[in-house]
Amino acid sequence: MSIDRRQFLKAAGATGLLGLLGSPLFKVLAPGELEASPELKEGMAKSAKRWAMVVDMKAFPTEESYNKCIEACNKTHNIPQMESEKHEIKWIWAEKYENAFPDSYNGYLTESIEKMKFLVLCNNCDNPPCVRVCPTKATFKREDGLVVMDYHRCIGCRFCMAACPYGARSFNWRDPRPFIKNINPSYPTRTKGVVEKCNFCADRLYRGELPACVEASNGALIFGDLKDENSNVRKTLRSKFTITRKPDLGTFPGVYYVIGGS
Amino acid sequence: MSDKNKIIYVLVVFIVIVSFPFIYNKVKTPTDVNVKLNTPVIDNMTVKQCILPKEQMRHEHMKILNSWRDDVVRGNHREFGKIDGVMYEKSLQLTCLHCHSNKSEFCDRCHTYASVSVYCWDCHVAQKENKL
Amino acid sequence: MIEKALSGSKYYWAWICFLLAVILVGVACYIRQYHYGLGLTGMSRDVSWGFYIAQFTFFVGVAASAVMVVLPYYLHDFKRFGRITILGEFLAIPSVIMCMLFIFVDMGQPTRILNVILHPTPNSVMFWDMIVLSGYLMLNIVVGWVSLSAHYKLVHPPKWIKPLVFLSIPWAFSIHTVTAFLYAGLPARHFWLSAIMAVRFLSSAFASGPALLVLLCLLIKKITKFDPGDRAIKGLVTIVTYALIVSIFFVGLELFTAFYSHIPGHMQSFKYLYFGLESHGKLIPLMWFSTLLAITAVFMLLIPATRTNQVTLVIACIFVHVSLWIDKGFGFVIGGFVPNPLEKITEYWPTLNELLVTAGIWSIGLLILTALYRIAIVVKVELEA
Repeated sequence: MSIDRRQFLKAAGATGLLGLLGSPLFKVLAPGELEASPELKEGMAKSAKRWAMVVDMKAFPTEESYNKCIEACNKTHNIPQMESEKHEIKWIWAEKYENAFPDSYNGYLTESIEKMKFLVLCNNCDNPPCVRVCPTKATFKREDGLVVMDYHRCIGCRFCMAACPYGARSFNWRDPRPFIKNINPSYPTRTKGVVEKCNFCADRLYRGELPACVEASNGALIFGDLKDENSNVRKTLRSKFTITRKPDLGTFPGVYYVIGGS
Repeated sequence: MSDKNKIIYVLVVFIVIVSFPFIYNKVKTPTDVNVKLNTPVIDNMTVKQCILPKEQMRHEHMKILNSWRDDVVRGNHREFGKIDGVMYEKSLQLTCLHCHSNKSEFCDRCHTYASVSVYCWDCHVAQKENKL
Repeated sequence: MIEKALSGSKYYWAWICFLLAVILVGVACYIRQYHYGLGLTGMSRDVSWGFYIAQFTFFVGVAASAVMVVLPYYLHDFKRFGRITILGEFLAIPSVIMCMLFIFVDMGQPTRILNVILHPTPNSVMFWDMIVLSGYLMLNIVVGWVSLSAHYKLVHPPKWIKPLVFLSIPWAFSIHTVTAFLYAGLPARHFWLSAIMAVRFLSSAFASGPALLVLLCLLIKKITKFDPGDRAIKGLVTIVTYALIVSIFFVGLELFTAFYSHIPGHMQSFKYLYFGLESHGKLIPLMWFSTLLAITAVFMLLIPATRTNQVTLVIACIFVHVSLWIDKGFGFVIGGFVPNPLEKITEYWPTLNELLVTAGIWSIGLLILTALYRIAIVVKVELEA
């Protein structure tokens, strides 16, 4: 597929469109970017059985390092910066340990973990409560484990927001467009009245690219197929102790955390 | 029976109101839509062709877009197919608007004329014209 | 029969005009909300359901409570409810319609409402809620209307109506059970995650609904020539009393489980509602007010002197209704969202626009109720004369 894609782009380039736009679309699709994704091999986008992510906290030394991931996501997906915190749209953001893992917080943390901010996002659960409650199948689980949304179908009942144990869903309380500084033209925005969330960059995976946050993470976010024993995700899970958020709820999150600390 | 007249009177008014749009459209001569469809991309094409015959696109584009969106979003089937060795993706924003970058001419003129309001643009971005 | 609703005194018309005016304001406010988005309400990313859904929950209860007059009359031949079964059924109709309207105004994309039918999803409780609510509405319209018109024509109701009456009894329980399941099956919402939610809902409904019915009966007795009968009202009051006591008992059970187990998640919402959490406590006065009303009402309904005195009875019934309205029509829904799944606190308070839309829906309910009751009462009075 990516070969065809490149041909397609060459054709597009020949028409002068590439120079005309110089948009992020063509930047991320430029040859070379694809090779920069060691985890994703040709054709893997379609053969993967269960996408998963490991957040390696040791590899996030500074606030800047995880903010890069958040910004990459915000830019890629046209996430608005709402004026009011009540109307916030968040796909990936940072939380303190006690908020990310409230049920394993004992009040006393090491100094480093106390200061740490944990990237949180949709867990793309194996057993997602949001999918269970959605009355229109606007949220559904794909065969490759992604929990994705069909914004065309969402009626905005917000049952999924009540059901999500991770607070990963945002609702468009008003038109988000005026609050997006620079619209990325290769990705749609959302409209008022629909719910949205992280989808593990379903469309980037399709193109053979890693999720935007993973790409920007400098190795701190590890992404791959959980069902593939040789994937980086599995290698990490084999070698490091990891935890997930609220494991007692039986949702089986697809995002694992290496806490580490020093 | 004074009621009889009343009923007839109201009935006539009712029929006039209901049939007004139909009569209006019959009587009115259509104004020329006069769209300029060419864009730099289209001008540069050696063979000017869309992914499907023009007539089919004209009549079925809404159905095609609807089925595309289910294919892509729900089925993750994004490839439309190859034309002259070039793979086209099922994408309004990335495929259609590549060539038809003049949304206000290409989409809006007809839709406005036919009084069709679509909500595609609530989310999808017409790249060039939005001055991005 | 329907023409009976189109005639009445100048007070009747003044009341209708008043309701129409409020509806107009509500519609205007809804149009505002439709264009701006639900951001015009007090809801937020953390408290994603508010007044609308809470009102929906409360009125499902009022609708279901019709069964409290239908069941004794049809299953136990409790004759003294004969005169008021129609009032119960005709109370259920506007209640269900209000429920549907509250859901509608709460939707982010109301124009896509048919998606629920176009893409039926049996694993979603909301799908079942749609089915039971619309079914219950149809049942009550058919049963109420057919029995009243048979009565009007001085004939026996058709035989086929009996099975529908019997069906409407379990159906009434189903609407409130399914509504409880909307909440009681959500992981990480500890406040709602309780197996007794459905019975708690039913008990509070069987107190608030019949309390409203008592008030309506007394009002009808006062302003029309129709007398629902003291014995019917007494029967209702007994139901209110014990349903209220059971309802309070169920709250006590929840409190025991939460506070004796001392599991923070189970306690937090209660703490927020009644004592405040980390200096957030907008709902504290309301919740204590509701508690006070409920407890006072229990005593007023148990003590014969206050139960039989009409003035104190009216006060007690208002107390019951208002108390449970605050509890279920506000606190219950908001409490479930505070704190949020990340144990952070965002508070909620409805906005003016939201309240006016709500007032509009109440008025639509009252308008339908007024018209239906007018028809029923005129028919009954004409026959008795």
